[in-house]
Amino acid sequence: MSKYYLNYLDELESEAIYILREVWAQFENPVILFSGGKDSILVTHLAKKAFYPAKIPFPLMHVDTGHNFPETIQFRDDIIKDLGVQLIVGSVQESIDDGRVAEEKGKNATRNALQITTLLDAIESNKIDCAIGGGRRDEEKARAKERFFSHRDDFGQWDPKNQRPELWNIFNGKHFEGEHFRAFPISNWTEMDVWNYIKRENIAIPSLYFAHEREVVWRQDTWIPNSEFLVLEDHEEVVVKKIRFRTLGDITITGGDESDADTLEKIATEVAGMRNTERGNRSDDKRSESAMEDRKRQGYF
Amino acid sequence: MLDNNQLLRFTTAGSVDDGKSTLIGRLLYDSKSIFEDQLEAITNTSKKKGHEGVDLALFTDGLKDEREQGITIDVAYRYFTTPKRKFIIADTPGHIQYTRNMVTGASTANAAIILVDARHGVIEQTKRHSFIASLLQIPHIIVCINKMDLVDYAEDAYNKVINQFEEFSSKLLVQDIRFIPISALNGDNVVNRSETMSWYQGAPLLHTLETMHISSDINKVDARFPVQTVIRPQSETHRDYRGYAGRVASGIFRVGDEVTVMPSGFTSKIKTIDTLDKTLDQAYAPMSISMTLEDDIDISRGDMIVRSNNKPESAQDIEVMLCWLNNSPAKPRAKYSIRHTSNEQKAMIKEVVYKINVDSLDRNTEDKDLKMNDISKVKIRTTKPLMIDSYRENRTTGSIILVDDTTNETVAAGMIV
Repeated sequence: MSKYYLNYLDELESEAIYILREVWAQFENPVILFSGGKDSILVTHLAKKAFYPAKIPFPLMHVDTGHNFPETIQFRDDIIKDLGVQLIVGSVQESIDDGRVAEEKGKNATRNALQITTLLDAIESNKIDCAIGGGRRDEEKARAKERFFSHRDDFGQWDPKNQRPELWNIFNGKHFEGEHFRAFPISNWTEMDVWNYIKRENIAIPSLYFAHEREVVWRQDTWIPNSEFLVLEDHEEVVVKKIRFRTLGDITITGGDESDADTLEKIATEVAGMRNTERGNRSDDKRSESAMEDRKRQGYF
Repeated sequence: MLDNNQLLRFTTAGSVDDGKSTLIGRLLYDSKSIFEDQLEAITNTSKKKGHEGVDLALFTDGLKDEREQGITIDVAYRYFTTPKRKFIIADTPGHIQYTRNMVTGASTANAAIILVDARHGVIEQTKRHSFIASLLQIPHIIVCINKMDLVDYAEDAYNKVINQFEEFSSKLLVQDIRFIPISALNGDNVVNRSETMSWYQGAPLLHTLETMHISSDINKVDARFPVQTVIRPQSETHRDYRGYAGRVASGIFRVGDEVTVMPSGFTSKIKTIDTLDKTLDQAYAPMSISMTLEDDIDISRGDMIVRSNNKPESAQDIEVMLCWLNNSPAKPRAKYSIRHTSNEQKAMIKEVVYKINVDSLDRNTEDKDLKMNDISKVKIRTTKPLMIDSYRENRTTGSIILVDDTTNETVAAGMIV
């Protein structure tokens, strides 16, 4: 007798495809927010499935802080070529040059918060009415309350206390001119689900996720990669370690873990045994207990 | 995890006092789903607040306002995985002013956990939560009789609650109710079997969640395929391809099946069922697929493909159990957009038949207002027919929402009677 139920990965996949098709049906001008990280790569992979045999019918958008891992940019350009879709780039450097934002000062300065302005500017100038993101509810406590279809007012802001109820699989993307939505097709996936699925589907991801030798500096309890942007303190020393990155953000703030996991198989096993959350190495989240909620309210991813 | 592991969604409703947050914290903690940095954060907060030991309830705090007020306001989603299943918890507040949040959390759940304080037995809140679970047709209800440590783990206290519960639940429509005596605080019968309640022969909560049969929760009989969008690649390799994309709402579709497109009524046969990975012989709920038909028919979003020998009702006058979700009450005879699967039409609430008191289950035929959190039976007229099933038979083709076109907000959710 054949079974008539889906396993958990197939069900998550089907749900994400359903959301992506709803976005396409309900919005005029959606984009996928593409960072080059595994979650946005996964969303892109699912979009390929959702519209097969057609191409993904909307562009990918990258908010470029200028503080990238070179590997991420190469990966982005390869995937764009492979999919044959348009790439929109919002540049934080341009926002700085135009005086829209000011660079943070100090040793732990990052461009993380500056992305919000660039993102909202890019959404406005490209008349985007829905930005599809790879946010997951298990990542962070503020994200646990995020909707699949998440409304943003005409200032791009999120009002967590006044969200539209979402029942069953009926999604309401109606909006007024100037407002936009964020859509999160992989809301219900956990980090482990993502890795199990990447492994199952054999999805290509940047080499940074695999263990490799790299120049790093020990800072804030993690290995920060050496780069042209890093300002060394007197007591700090650049060493070579075999590390891999569990998440990818700016090269200035993304810490790596020492690891020997150099295959998807080994990564999945390693993640299953992890005892810390994946954003634990992201200094952007360590700033305060509500760091993520505060940024999200302003329009962060 | 094994390849055939399923996903189970369950909802918990409760207020600060009945130990709901502690129960969820306990499930996550004992199933080792809590990371060390999370544990460290709540250990620090527990100390700051002067709690003895780690307050597991702190795991479920979400937004800043909620942390400040110490209550759950919105639906929060939590995740954990065991070697047998993946779980999604829709954690909802339990007070009457959050009925709409409970309804939201219940809408997609396979199971509901209803917490009863062993000292107080069945109270208004228990009845409210059970009613909502039954109204939303959650297939499995698990009544957890909590705080057994405060009644000396006595079997009598447990039996008393079961009797009280069964007395009123005979009025509800629930297929599967189970009772488990627990102490969330001490961990009895949550993940591990209680050593102090040897009189209880059943399984602990987690084992129950891991093993309950959920494959039959989805309707496998009535084949329904709401079309979300039409895929037309117009590429060299797929010049004439015209695929109807959607998620199978219920039932099974096979290549060669004779199908009818509603509302037009045209018939055809299924030519192919496509996914990126492979073409399939059959598709069943809740698979997302793209379907092509033998004949060239005009089909678009909002249409429904069904098997010709089993059709839903096509109706413009529908009776609905409606939960009002919005701060602004319903305006008499106002028009709303109605959304049903991928279909959207205009609708008017013609009549409020009665309002239900969610605590006593009494019907009030005098009060015709529809205010936030009210659950009422109403008659709705739509501008064009919807292809409906009753909610009891089909949670996907039996549900609707109303959208206020002046604010674009989702103002009501309804279950077709």
